[in-house]
Amino acid sequence: MADFGKITRRAFIGTSAVVGGGGLILGVALRRGDRREQVADMVAEDGEQMLNMWIKIDEAGQITAILPHSEMGQGAQTVLAQMLADEMDADWQDVSFVEAPVDDEYANGILGQGFMLGDAKVPSILIPTVAGVFHQAAKALIQQITGGSLSIRTTGVYGMRVAGAAAREMLLKAAAGLWQVPESELVAANSRVSHKASNRSASYGELATAAARFEPSPTPTLKDPSQFTLMGTDVPRRDLPSKVNGSAQFGIDAQVPGMRYAALKAAPVFGAQVARFDDSAARQRPGVSDVLSLGDAVVVVAEGYWQAEQALTDVQIEWTATDNDTASSTQFSEKFRSDLAAANRGEAVTGADREVGDSVAAFESAAQVLEATYEVPFLAHACMEPMNATARFADGQCEVWVGAQNPLGYRNEVAAALELENEQVTIHQHFMGGGFGRRATGDVAVQAARIARATGTPVKLIWSRAQDMQHDIYRPATVSQFRAALDADGQLIGWDNVFHEKHEPAEAPLIPYSVAAQTIRYTDSPTHVPFGPWRSVDHSQHGFFTEAFLDEVAAAAARDPYEMRREMLANKPRHRQLLDEVADKAGWGQPMAAGQGRGISLQESFGTLVAQVVEVSLKDGKIGVDRVVCAVDAGFAVSPNGLAAQMESGIIYGLSAAMYGEITVADGAVQQTAFHDYPVVRMNDAPAIEIHIVNSDAPWGGAGEPGTPGIAPALANAIYAATGTRVRQLPVSQYDFEYRIEEQEELI
Amino acid sequence: MITMTVNGEEQSLDVDPNMPLLWALRENLALTGTKFGCGLAQCGACTVHLNGTPIRSCVTPVVAAQGGAVTTIEGLGNADGTMHPVQAAWLVEQAPQCGYCQSGQIMSAVALLEQNPNPDDAAINAAMSGNICRCGMYGRIRKAIKRAASDQAMVGIYDPSKVSQGEEVDHG
Repeated sequence: MADFGKITRRAFIGTSAVVGGGGLILGVALRRGDRREQVADMVAEDGEQMLNMWIKIDEAGQITAILPHSEMGQGAQTVLAQMLADEMDADWQDVSFVEAPVDDEYANGILGQGFMLGDAKVPSILIPTVAGVFHQAAKALIQQITGGSLSIRTTGVYGMRVAGAAAREMLLKAAAGLWQVPESELVAANSRVSHKASNRSASYGELATAAARFEPSPTPTLKDPSQFTLMGTDVPRRDLPSKVNGSAQFGIDAQVPGMRYAALKAAPVFGAQVARFDDSAARQRPGVSDVLSLGDAVVVVAEGYWQAEQALTDVQIEWTATDNDTASSTQFSEKFRSDLAAANRGEAVTGADREVGDSVAAFESAAQVLEATYEVPFLAHACMEPMNATARFADGQCEVWVGAQNPLGYRNEVAAALELENEQVTIHQHFMGGGFGRRATGDVAVQAARIARATGTPVKLIWSRAQDMQHDIYRPATVSQFRAALDADGQLIGWDNVFHEKHEPAEAPLIPYSVAAQTIRYTDSPTHVPFGPWRSVDHSQHGFFTEAFLDEVAAAAARDPYEMRREMLANKPRHRQLLDEVADKAGWGQPMAAGQGRGISLQESFGTLVAQVVEVSLKDGKIGVDRVVCAVDAGFAVSPNGLAAQMESGIIYGLSAAMYGEITVADGAVQQTAFHDYPVVRMNDAPAIEIHIVNSDAPWGGAGEPGTPGIAPALANAIYAATGTRVRQLPVSQYDFEYRIEEQEELI
Repeated sequence: MITMTVNGEEQSLDVDPNMPLLWALRENLALTGTKFGCGLAQCGACTVHLNGTPIRSCVTPVVAAQGGAVTTIEGLGNADGTMHPVQAAWLVEQAPQCGYCQSGQIMSAVALLEQNPNPDDAAINAAMSGNICRCGMYGRIRKAIKRAASDQAMVGIYDPSKVSQGEEVDHG
């Protein structure tokens, strides 16, 4: 049985029932097949040859990669094509790409499974494959997910590289047959196959038809990194020219003939329904054609979006009462703490991530025991592009124009909601103006489809910024409690952690350090607030918790936080090397002025190591973040500038959350509405960021998320160095650093 | 009827004069490069130029543009089809990620450089802090502004095919 890793209890993507059938997936996976016949009608034009389901080539030698991932800013499409072109020995100028059709044939659900499992545990049976095996396993989970920092490290490594190498082999075979020479005498480079001895040469375009007659090998020989020509180099992203001239098409830009615009107000309290509404005033407004209830929301449809939005304010709505009408963040926080207290008494512990060594003995023998409670709030994604979707329903067919992190999942959601067959729903995929996990869920596509069906008119539904903020699928608020045991020499001998909100990735709460006795357990403490993946998922909480508490341990032991980490990484040379790299580049240990401080963190997530040093300074009672030095080891940087960009992006995203991000609940509803009460980092408070890339020989890791978790703890640790205040609750903006906050330690 | 020039073309719009300019551009003129981000002038995604001044079109009534000249991202390039030097600098620095905020960022940066051809960090902060980038590309945007400022020779000579080949643009 291949190792799919531990399946965690809650699956964000909603396919847990399918995932649970691991045997089924493997059973399906064992079937092989060349899928070209099934996909050619969808993706190939006349004159184009499919070399496998991921590559087509025309007679002029234009090569098109077909990529099962969407674009939300991360730039993975260019890099995936780069990987394919390198293994194929194609000239980069001949290569373009298209996003795969939203069709079961191009499902990538195996990646979704990796997403849910927290790290891609691709069974060995699937490595490496081109079409059949990879495809069939993917199809078992009919998803097309972009998330989990998976595009390069799974689709790239197990899909695109293999597809490119297989195509190259077919082109070589074609030339060998044509010229009646041994394949071993042929050289492929720059989209040509050459035979030096006979001075013959043919372009890939000329060889395409003959090459397409061969079956693609599922196990072609891949290049050694020393042979790479494109991987490891920077090529400009192909999507960017359209993003500097306004021509890029996002979901919100969709134009459908005859379309109207819809504005929506959802029940402020999650779970409430429309009890009744009075639309008489709204219907008097110019341009308004429909006012309708979706059950949990009221919608106005008008000729223009502004008209719809204006009229919506005139609709008088009464909502049903719910059990959560008085719920508040204060209550949640108290409940989290009381549920953790119960767990600490041994009640209602629902699972353990690690139980090694003799914790009881460690704490009994300790010379010093340290305790702390950490807490982080709910967070919104706050994508720049507010949630939106455009839908048309006619003749039993539903079409949706939208930007989706999981277009096949959206199709399935729309079909299920409208009680249609999957084949009756078509998703027209667009660029996303940010995703960060929010666009993994198709709730807005479903709403647009329902409105289009109810009104009989094509409709573009746009959420206002307030709707977007108040009806997100939030990063869960979480409390985590720690105890550390130190011996008389200041060595960390016991690590005890209990928390709630256990989702994915499973390994998020684990620490890389060698500590003999570790107990890491969790319990449940649910709220009525919808939750889901938010850039780096559980790492976004635990990265802060574990690395900030470790800084407290170092201080209690009177040790330098870098040196102490380093010492506990004696068995992890890759981690240690990266920590040394960031310390060296940041000038760790160099003196700083009063009111300034440096903090360090180390994070392993999504297969990638990230070490960060943050420098802060206290000015007028406020913390300014001056500099972030980041060292990253993703195994191999396929696109160094792309990896650097993802680190910069992950750092700013995590910094916005750490400094300002807080969604609060009062009377059962989210209070924040826009960027004045949910501030984010702007140009004037963005630090200088330096990225240092280390290529190790480790398996290739992800890029989109690993930059995020380590910034909050490095920031908190820097603030302690600058001010002496321990930041145990985010965001930082709630602290007043003019007056030292003396936090009372909670006993746990 | 409201009349104005948009990207050099006369336009007459039969719309509610109080409707924000943003929606007139996007829905009536199909100029979707200008983006809706918040509707509250907090994020800058909707930035366009009105008579050369950057404005937040999401809170500017269309009547405010009566008789005026509006420039959007679609009208920024040179008449010969080449990019504006700020757009070119954006590509050299690979500044965008999702790209949604970038029309507004570029319009703010162009207005800054027209006022101040050689802005320092403080001037960039003052001019650009109204434009949010959730992908966090502030460092690259700052570098792109300085590149465009330091190299006005990029005007008109920028060849996008060079960028797509991964070569540095020759700054002459």
